[in-house]
Amino acid sequence: MTTERILNAVVVAGLVLFPIWAWMADEPFMITLATKAAILALAGVGLNLALGIGGLVSFGHAAFFGIGGYAMGILASHAQAYDPIFTQPFVFEGSKSMPVIWLTAILASGLAALGIGALSLRTSGVYFIMITLAFGQMLYFFSISWPAYGGEDGLSIYVRNSFPGLNTLDPIQFYGIVLGVLCAVLFLLARLAKSPFGLALGAARQTPLRVETVGISPYRLQLVAFTLSGMITGLAGALFADLNRFVSPVMFSWQTSGEIMVFVIIGGVARLFGPVVGAILFIILEHLLGGLSDYWHIYLGALLLLIVLFARGGVIGTLTGREAAHD
Amino acid sequence: MSPILLAEQILNGVQLGVMLFVMAAGLTLVFGVMGLINLAHGSLFMVGAFAAAAVAGATGSFMLALVSALAAAAAAGALIEVLVIRRLYARDHLDQVLATFALILIFSEGTRWIFGSFPLYLNIPDYLSGPVTLPGGIQYPLYRLTLIGIGLAIAAGLFVLISKTRLGIQIRAGENDREMIAALGVDISKLYTIVFALGAGLAGLAGALVGAIQSVQVGMGEPVLILAFVVIVIGGIGSIKGALIGALLVGLTDTLGGVLLPHLFKLFTDPATATSAGSALASMLIYILMAVVLIWKPTGLFGARA
Repeated sequence: MTTERILNAVVVAGLVLFPIWAWMADEPFMITLATKAAILALAGVGLNLALGIGGLVSFGHAAFFGIGGYAMGILASHAQAYDPIFTQPFVFEGSKSMPVIWLTAILASGLAALGIGALSLRTSGVYFIMITLAFGQMLYFFSISWPAYGGEDGLSIYVRNSFPGLNTLDPIQFYGIVLGVLCAVLFLLARLAKSPFGLALGAARQTPLRVETVGISPYRLQLVAFTLSGMITGLAGALFADLNRFVSPVMFSWQTSGEIMVFVIIGGVARLFGPVVGAILFIILEHLLGGLSDYWHIYLGALLLLIVLFARGGVIGTLTGREAAHD
Repeated sequence: MSPILLAEQILNGVQLGVMLFVMAAGLTLVFGVMGLINLAHGSLFMVGAFAAAAVAGATGSFMLALVSALAAAAAAGALIEVLVIRRLYARDHLDQVLATFALILIFSEGTRWIFGSFPLYLNIPDYLSGPVTLPGGIQYPLYRLTLIGIGLAIAAGLFVLISKTRLGIQIRAGENDREMIAALGVDISKLYTIVFALGAGLAGLAGALVGAIQSVQVGMGEPVLILAFVVIVIGGIGSIKGALIGALLVGLTDTLGGVLLPHLFKLFTDPATATSAGSALASMLIYILMAVVLIWKPTGLFGARA
């Protein structure tokens, strides 16, 4: 077993044991913090597929996070108001069921990622960073100025959506759902990274010309990766909105894109558990430093700067002392 | 819509455009010469505005405020170049984005720590306030007209600097082949610090000039930063000419779109829908413009390199 695998196992154990401790100690706030960390980790895991394996520096993943959030907001708000979303060709009332919301969020963010990716992947390098940022901003301003779903004020729902067989209002049960989703996605991504698709995608990042010479189109590989990546981040957005029972244009803001990127980098780019470690650290720092000072972002900034300048490969890279396996 | 109102809106668009140009010029130079994406450029804009507001509050002189904005932002720029930025030139864009994102956090919170969360106000001096009457009977604020003048003067100054001076020759040479000019005996790290401080100073000046027509507050730099990115991406990264044309395009599109689109939509639908749909589309218009330009020309209008 490599150091990285041991570290991953420790992280999983922590994700399971910490909330159980919090539950037994009757600390629901700690469970909520852990839930937030797991959801943000999922958003980062989505970005890591495009960024880490694919080498696509997307500065617009807030777009998919926000679309997922609004998928939840729109479906649930219609359902709670008994106001059908559409009546043709059949009546659709909206939904308060998580699986339906997740599916919608995944589909909607996947479609958006397909469209945005198809256009953005025509560019590369810094232009790609900027065009993805532009698409994110486009949706941000659209969500602010479109009055039907709350505009700038956002959209809140009264009760958390339901999951068959579980009580989602109980923090530990909701955490269980989130952790289940996170682990399922991590498992699938671990498989994907080792599949022919994942290997070809990694090769397309390193030497696109060679990939093209053997008859594989880097553009199509990257488009598929970008779409999958958007879907995962969209799912995280739906869960995040459900955690807060609130969705607002902030989810679309470029700071959100930046923060999702921060999780990936703090933890370690192209590491399976990189975004998970990054998100957990981010939440711990937010909690600890936020308690020390109102200006905790200064310390976060300084820490981030030190990591970028001196600890290449993020926390996992520093702890394991190895470059990511395929870099 | 009357022609006078339209002319006023066009002037507003040009005013926004030239201020964006002053902001974007530094950004595009830094990218062109050093290959660096600097997200903290918006923070330098903010530093300039705060320095101007503080100095204007203490001395009451607007000219002194502008000079100190330029100086403070240039000094802050030189400082972060020496401490942080120069370690990033050899890194990939991802590291640059992250490190300068971290700088934004430090600058924003640091400014909030020093000046507090409440906005400061920078007043337009008496000799620049009030409207002037332009040919054709258009009443237009003198201060905004002055901004257009200053912006165009800076544009002209930059073109002279780049095309006629020794520093300009070194900058252009640095864009083409940095190893070569280092080999020819130009102190490349000094050149980089100068270019970075120049861009920072311009951003600070823009912050002070714009700060007088809006409030000076933490976070004021980021919306402008994003617009400046749109500008340089449309114009082609590294090109001053592209930045000027991109800035004017963005300024005019944003201003005129907001005014004209709701009117345009009223031709097709009822006024309420037209207003909401029109303003929703108008707020997205410059990003649509950017996406269209990049899809048509993936390296911008005047860009040579990706």
